[in-house]
Amino acid sequence: MSLEASEVKKIAHLARIAIREEDVAGYAESISSILGLVEQMDAVDTSGVEPMAHPQEAVQRLREDVVSEPNQREKLQANAPAVEAGLFLVPQVIE
Amino acid sequence: MHNKTIAELSAALASGEVSSVALTEHFLARIKRLDPELNSFVTVTAEQALADAAAADAARAEGSAGPLTGVPFAHKDIFCTEGVKTACGSKMLDNFIAPYDAAVVSKMKAAGMVMLGKTNMDEFAMGSSNETSFYGPVKNPWDKERVPGGSSGGSAAAVAARLAPMATGTDTGGSIRQPASLCGITGLKPTYGRVSRYGMIAFASSLDQAGPMARSAEDCALMLQLMAGFDERDSTSLENEVPDYSKGLNNSLEGLRIGLPKEYFGEGLDPEVAKVIETAIEEYKKMGATVKEISLPNTHLAVPAYYIVAPAECSSNLSRMDGVRFGHRCDDPKNLEDLYSRSRGEGFGEEVKRRILVGAYALSAGYYDAYYIKAQQIRHLISDDFKAAFTEVDLIMGPTTPSTAFNVGEKSKDPISMYLSDIYTISANLAGLPGLSLPAGFAQNMPVGLQVIGNYFDEARLLNVAHRFQQETTWHQQTPAGIE
Repeated sequence: MSLEASEVKKIAHLARIAIREEDVAGYAESISSILGLVEQMDAVDTSGVEPMAHPQEAVQRLREDVVSEPNQREKLQANAPAVEAGLFLVPQVIE
Repeated sequence: MHNKTIAELSAALASGEVSSVALTEHFLARIKRLDPELNSFVTVTAEQALADAAAADAARAEGSAGPLTGVPFAHKDIFCTEGVKTACGSKMLDNFIAPYDAAVVSKMKAAGMVMLGKTNMDEFAMGSSNETSFYGPVKNPWDKERVPGGSSGGSAAAVAARLAPMATGTDTGGSIRQPASLCGITGLKPTYGRVSRYGMIAFASSLDQAGPMARSAEDCALMLQLMAGFDERDSTSLENEVPDYSKGLNNSLEGLRIGLPKEYFGEGLDPEVAKVIETAIEEYKKMGATVKEISLPNTHLAVPAYYIVAPAECSSNLSRMDGVRFGHRCDDPKNLEDLYSRSRGEGFGEEVKRRILVGAYALSAGYYDAYYIKAQQIRHLISDDFKAAFTEVDLIMGPTTPSTAFNVGEKSKDPISMYLSDIYTISANLAGLPGLSLPAGFAQNMPVGLQVIGNYFDEARLLNVAHRFQQETTWHQQTPAGIE
């Protein structure tokens, strides 16, 4: 399994990670070798095997729909790069 | 004082032989003297530690202290600690001050334990050598040319160098057991769901599990007692009752059935490491255990399945690092996409980016079934291998790692060879089983760890088996040269 430079750029875009042009070939090579390692799985017939979601087959627990957390907006936003009037600021999205 | 176990420190504090302030000052002084070379701590919270120690002494004076009140320790920097920087080994979170405490952190605080600081780790716990940390590699106290293992490398090195009597760790593919093995300490990865993941920065949520790293099994039992338990804030936390982990430490091993998977003793295992493990097994036979060769036929598929499941889950978990709500933000973003892409491109290191890309690829349209579903099916096969084995034996033993600690830089350019250093530990994460590594001897003058894998919720038995070995041997009491 070998990944083309164009595919690396495509997944980098999907993952929203800017990678430098000069690093693309290196990622293509190392990711290809990882996919090569992973290919060993293909030799195994897994038809009829249930994919494992939880080691002990536990199901997602449900809880009552009640407020469990107090409002801590200021505290939680203290780590934000840019905040105004309690809102997170990002570059303009709508023209 | 620093060579005492937690049980001994607890007794010394109770009898008034030492105060928590004096103990804390002692460990802080050791960190100051020895850690500049080791780099096992990323943050030392000296002022807060001394204040907490003074409060612990006051609690003891008024009779409200528990057995662990005033005992110092360290947290891996993956656990959120309110008001204290929590960077998870990443530039991305270099400016992140956790706004709340992880469940494990709250429990240690409630017991009155004194946090000395936060330990270094591979970035977002992705690595097996502590070399992917934004804060630089950690040195192995046994040989400073070598790595301590990872991702909980700082915790392992700190305990091995007696800079803290215990440290917390997390284990997604071996990140407690592998560094414990490489640094000559005892580390336990509990059953998946045993310790709350609340406030533990997520890497691969279906595999991540926190556990104790200390010098002895007895100390790990005390610490697991504190860390374990149901937490409704962790959706995969399990409600099973927490037993008394110290009660059965001295139980007889007469009739214990040990399984040795032939797949763990084959090609790739350093012959000197194999010899140490075989000698340790002989010790167990002397204690009355019986030994049987077993097979875990899908072992060779563990690393491949893991390198789909873990990257896929990390690509999803780490999408929260977007430069908007917390963490690194690039300068002058042109638009929202530029903000996301450059903040993440600048904030993440190479290995983290590589794994996110592998995960994004495996989860992308057209590949999901071939990769993620296939890996989850293989996971089932691996889990079934263990289920079958546990009908014949009580627990499984083998080497924790195929070799002793490798040199700094030796594997950092070749991801695959790095991944293979977790070849014996990853299966337990995929199956969700508890695993423990304990010091079993030395090869090439470096520590060798014996791994013990148990059935679900069988932590007490793992600790019992490790403790009995530590009653008969002194490997866990060996100290690296120059750090006495």
